[in-house]
Amino acid sequence: MDIFLQQILNGLVLGSIYALIALGYTMVYGIMGLINFAHGEVVMMGAMVTITVVTSLMGAGVNLPGPILVLIGLVIAIPACALLGYTIERVAYRPLRNAPRLAPLITAIGLSIVLQQVAILIWGRNYIPFPSILSHDTVEIFGASITVLQVMIIVLCLVIMAGLLIMVEKTKLGRAMRATSQNPGVASLMGVNVNTIISSTFMLGSALGAIAGVMVATNYDQAHYYMGFLIGLKAFTAAVLGGIGNLGGAVAGGILLGIIESLGAGYIGTLTGGFLGSHYQDIFAFMVLILVLIFRPSGLLGEKMADRA
Amino acid sequence: MTMALEMNKLDTNKKVGLFLVSAIVLAVLPFVVGGLLGNSWLRIIDFALLYVMLALGLNIVVGFAGLLDLGFIAFYAVGAYTFALLGSPHFGIHLPFYITIPLGALVAAFFGILLGTPVLRLKGDYLAIVTLGFGEIVRIFMNNLNAPINITNGPQGINLIDPVKVGGLSFGKSLEIAGHSFNSVYLYYYFFLALTVLVVIMAWRLQHSRIGRAWVAMREDSIAAAAMGLNIRNIKLLAFSLGALSGGVAGGLFASFQGFISPESFGLLESVMILAMIVLGGMGHIPGVILGAVVLTVAPEVLRDVIGPLQMHTFGRMLIDPENARMLIFGLALVVMMLLRPEGMWPSKRRKAEFDDAKKG
Repeated sequence: MDIFLQQILNGLVLGSIYALIALGYTMVYGIMGLINFAHGEVVMMGAMVTITVVTSLMGAGVNLPGPILVLIGLVIAIPACALLGYTIERVAYRPLRNAPRLAPLITAIGLSIVLQQVAILIWGRNYIPFPSILSHDTVEIFGASITVLQVMIIVLCLVIMAGLLIMVEKTKLGRAMRATSQNPGVASLMGVNVNTIISSTFMLGSALGAIAGVMVATNYDQAHYYMGFLIGLKAFTAAVLGGIGNLGGAVAGGILLGIIESLGAGYIGTLTGGFLGSHYQDIFAFMVLILVLIFRPSGLLGEKMADRA
Repeated sequence: MTMALEMNKLDTNKKVGLFLVSAIVLAVLPFVVGGLLGNSWLRIIDFALLYVMLALGLNIVVGFAGLLDLGFIAFYAVGAYTFALLGSPHFGIHLPFYITIPLGALVAAFFGILLGTPVLRLKGDYLAIVTLGFGEIVRIFMNNLNAPINITNGPQGINLIDPVKVGGLSFGKSLEIAGHSFNSVYLYYYFFLALTVLVVIMAWRLQHSRIGRAWVAMREDSIAAAAMGLNIRNIKLLAFSLGALSGGVAGGLFASFQGFISPESFGLLESVMILAMIVLGGMGHIPGVILGAVVLTVAPEVLRDVIGPLQMHTFGRMLIDPENARMLIFGLALVVMMLLRPEGMWPSKRRKAEFDDAKKG
C-alpha cells in the first residue's frame, strides 16, 4: 500500500508538470489548430536559462536564500521564453498560415533542431546540474514520503493553472482568445486583433513552459539540451488525453498521465513477471496516446472530433 | 501523371538517349568518385542510394497517400534487425541475404500494418505524433530487449553482421581484378543501385496504377474517395505496408553494409531527415524525392569537410564544432526552404500549380 501511495504522489508531481506544459500545447492548438512542435525546446530553454542565472549569481557571491535565487532566475527566464515563443510563431507559423499543414510542421521541427544546437553551443552536450540550493527535506504522508520541493511544485502548478483558467474566463484577453479559437474571421470582424492574440497565446504558453522547465530541472536536479523532446511529447500526450484545445482537459490529462506513468513503472515488473522492467516507463505515454486516439479521439473532456487535425 | 506527360513530350529517340546517358553515368560513377575523391566518398554515395530507397518508401506514405509519418525509421530498424539477427554470430544463425532481405521487408511490412491499423482514423498532426510515438516504442524495445532474454543485445547493438555473399564472392572484402583492387564499396554500389532501380520502378508503377490514383483520391478528399467506392481502410494499409517494405529492404542493406547496428542509428532525427528529403525534394514527385535524398545525404558530408577547414582558415581556430554547425545549418535550411520554396526543389507540376494557386489566393 505504501508503494502504491508513493507512486501516486510521484505521479502527481510529474503530472502537474506535464499539465503545465500541456497547457502550452493545448492553448496553441485551440487557437490555431496546429501543434507547436518546438514547445519542448522552450521548456528546455527555460530550465537552462534559470540554471545559468542562478549559478552566475552564486558565482558573483550573491548570498540569498535558494528559493529567492530561483525566483530571480525565473524572472529572467520567463520573458526570455515568452520572447522565444513569439519568435517561433513569427518565424515558423505566421508566414505559413495558409500553407499546407506539413509546411509549418517542418519549420517547427527545423526550429527545434536549431534551438537544440544553440543550446549545445551555449551549454554543451553534458547534463547541467541544478545547484543544490533548494531544500530536499521530506514530509511523510501515510507512510509515503515527498519532498517539500515537490509539494511546492504541485501547489504552484495548481495556483498557476487556476490563474490561467480565471484569466481565460474573466479577462478581456481571455475572451478575445476564446473568440479567436472559435472563429478567427468573425473575431477579427468584432475588433479582435487576431495576430496579437495568437502571439500572446504563444507567449503565455511559453511562459508556462519556462516555469515547467525549471520544475523539471529542480525535480531531477539537472537539465540537458535534449530534455525538451521527451517531456514535450509526453505533455502533448497529456493534452490529447484530456481533449486537445480544452484547458481543463490539459490539466486533468497531465495529472492522469503522470499517475499512469508512475504506477506503470512501479508495477510493470511484477505484472510481467520481471520480463519488462521500469526502464519501459517511457512507453506508457505512447501507449496511452495510441489507445486514446483509437477509442476516444476527442479526449476525456473534449467535444470536438480529432478529425480537425 | 505529370511525369508521364513530361516524358511523353520527349520523342522516343530522346528518351532512349536520356536513358543511355544516365545508365552510363551511373555505371561509371563509382570509378570517377572512387578514383578522384577516394573510397570514403563512394561510401557516401552508397549511403545516398540507401536513402533514396528509404525516401521513396516514405514518399508512398506521405507523398502519394498524404499520411504524415514521423516514425518511418522504425521500419528501417525492423529490416536491419531482422537481417542482423538472422545473419550474425549473435544467435549463430547465418542465412543468406536473398532470404534475410525479403524476410526483413516482409516483417517491416507487417509492422507497417501493425502501425496502420490503430491510426486509420487519424490525419495530419495527430498521425504525425502517433507515428513518432510508434518509432520511439520500437527504439525503446530495441534498447531494452537484452534482459532477461538477450534478443537485441541492447544499446551495444549487434556486431559482425554477415556481408552480402553472391556465390563465392563476399561483398565484405576487396575484389582483385587484373591487379586492381576494388574496395567493397564498389560492389555494394552496384548492388544498391540495382535494388534502388527496382524500388524506383515499383514506386513509378504504383503511382501510375489504379492503386496510385486511389491514393491521390484519398489524399485529396477521403470522403469523396470513399463515396466513389474506394475501400479507404485497405488502400491506407497498403500505403503503410508498401512504404514499410522499402524501408525494410533498405534496413537489411544497411545492416550488411555497416556490419554493425545499434538502436542509436534509428532515432527520431533520422525519421525527420527522411521526411525532410521528401519535402525539400518535392513531395510525391519521384525525381524530386531522389534529388532530395541525394542532396541531403551528400550536402552534410560536404559541410563536414568544409566547415572545419573554413573556420581554421578565416578565424585561425575552431569557433563552432563542425558537427554542431552542420546540424545548425540543417535546421536553418529546413526553415528557410519551407518559407521560400514550400513546394520543394523539384515539385511535380500538379503540386507546383497548387502552391501557385495558394499564393495567389
